Amino acid sequence: MTDLFSKFDPLIELRTNLLSQGQEDPFNLVMERVISPTEAVCNGRPTILLGTYNYMGMTFDPDVIEAGKQALDDFGSGTTGSRVLNGTYAGHRAVEDALKEFYGMDHAMVFSTGYQANLGIISTVAGKGDYIVLDIDSHASIWDGCKMGDAEVVPFKHNDIEAMEKRLKRIPEGAGKLVVLEGVYSMLGDIAPLKEMIKVAKDNGAMVLVDEAHSMGFIGPNGRGVAEDQGVLDQVDFVIGTFSKSVGTVGGFCVSNHPKFEILRLVCRPYVFTASLPPSVVHTAATSIRKLMHAGNKRAHLWENSRVLHQGLRDKGFQLGTEKAESAIIAVIMPDLEKGAAMWEALLKEGLYVNLARPPATPANMTLLRCSLCAEHTAEQVQTIIGMFERAGKAVGII
Amino acid sequence: MDRAATAEKIAGIIEPFNKKGVEITDASTFAGDLEFDSLTVMDFVAAIEDEFDIIISMNQQAEIETYGQLIDAVVKLQG
Repeated sequence: MTDLFSKFDPLIELRTNLLSQGQEDPFNLVMERVISPTEAVCNGRPTILLGTYNYMGMTFDPDVIEAGKQALDDFGSGTTGSRVLNGTYAGHRAVEDALKEFYGMDHAMVFSTGYQANLGIISTVAGKGDYIVLDIDSHASIWDGCKMGDAEVVPFKHNDIEAMEKRLKRIPEGAGKLVVLEGVYSMLGDIAPLKEMIKVAKDNGAMVLVDEAHSMGFIGPNGRGVAEDQGVLDQVDFVIGTFSKSVGTVGGFCVSNHPKFEILRLVCRPYVFTASLPPSVVHTAATSIRKLMHAGNKRAHLWENSRVLHQGLRDKGFQLGTEKAESAIIAVIMPDLEKGAAMWEALLKEGLYVNLARPPATPANMTLLRCSLCAEHTAEQVQTIIGMFERAGKAVGII
Repeated sequence: MDRAATAEKIAGIIEPFNKKGVEITDASTFAGDLEFDSLTVMDFVAAIEDEFDIIISMNQQAEIETYGQLIDAVVKLQG
């Protein structure tokens, strides 16, 4: 008998070697207590959280929590059903209304996760004979959506406008075209030149989908994302987003102005063949989204945090993923996985949690320590974080 | 462009990607013999696409395992 697990042997060996040197497992951390959006007790230690995507710190907002508690009392713990059968409650409609208002768009469709939103929309919209043209650094959910559908998949070099244009022009005449982009790329925290790229896409007759998971709530004048910030949101056919970052709970969505959009509710399998979000989740999401419409001060503070951390780490001699802070993600580039894992552990012992990101999730086989800031981090916390990085970096021999 | 001319052009394009100087035949595999990782594949495919002004979609790439299969595919894609 062939052991079906033998294909995982190289990864098992890599992990065994790493952990045999006494390294704490970076992918098996337990948060025993969560004190606030920025602090928790991890593996027994009080820890500052700098790797949560909780950009706007909504997870402990009193109004959000109250809405969830009320929904538990009023509607119970779960829907036990698909959105198209018994799984659409008042709260699901309410959160879709909040999204339509937040983005100023005609239609909103809520999925049980952000992953399913990309999986469902991409695999359903682009079918046999159609072409998907996408950035090579796209998120796994985008790639999986491509794989699940029957369209021809054509990647281009990251953020390369010319490479994208060349590929669009080579597509046979009459074929349907979907260009898939992200506002913020989550590994390095860099943004896309959406204004230029969307113009090229439209000039070549393509529909455009933009994943704004890492920009919602704080990029753009109304927090609608990078497309809004660059003045091209009206050119985007589908915006994909998530509730698991700035909104502070779980779930995914697509908003659109397409006149036939609502038909997707009947034909999109990752929407139909799964249970809908629990009432408490959709009520917390709706409350959070409405509060994010008026969060100008928090947005300004988050940007300040991001710029200060970026400058501070640069000044200490760390190599960063971007020249300047382009989003609330600051990626610190590690020389290799061993040093990266050692640095991750040294930071954890200092009392700081960041994400260790490694290939294949990262571009160009890089190992990254990815930091994501929160609007609830205080200016003092950011300075403390810079100090922790300096001590850990020196101890591990990176700076 | 016929197969011989296409093969000659591809031989020129692959040279800088063949870092270990492996001797290439039609039976050489990209993953095995040439040890191309996913990043190399992307850059190599982009170079081929630009030279011949064609698209080799991921779906088509999945069917191409050997050097000979690539030449055949490029001949076919040029129409």
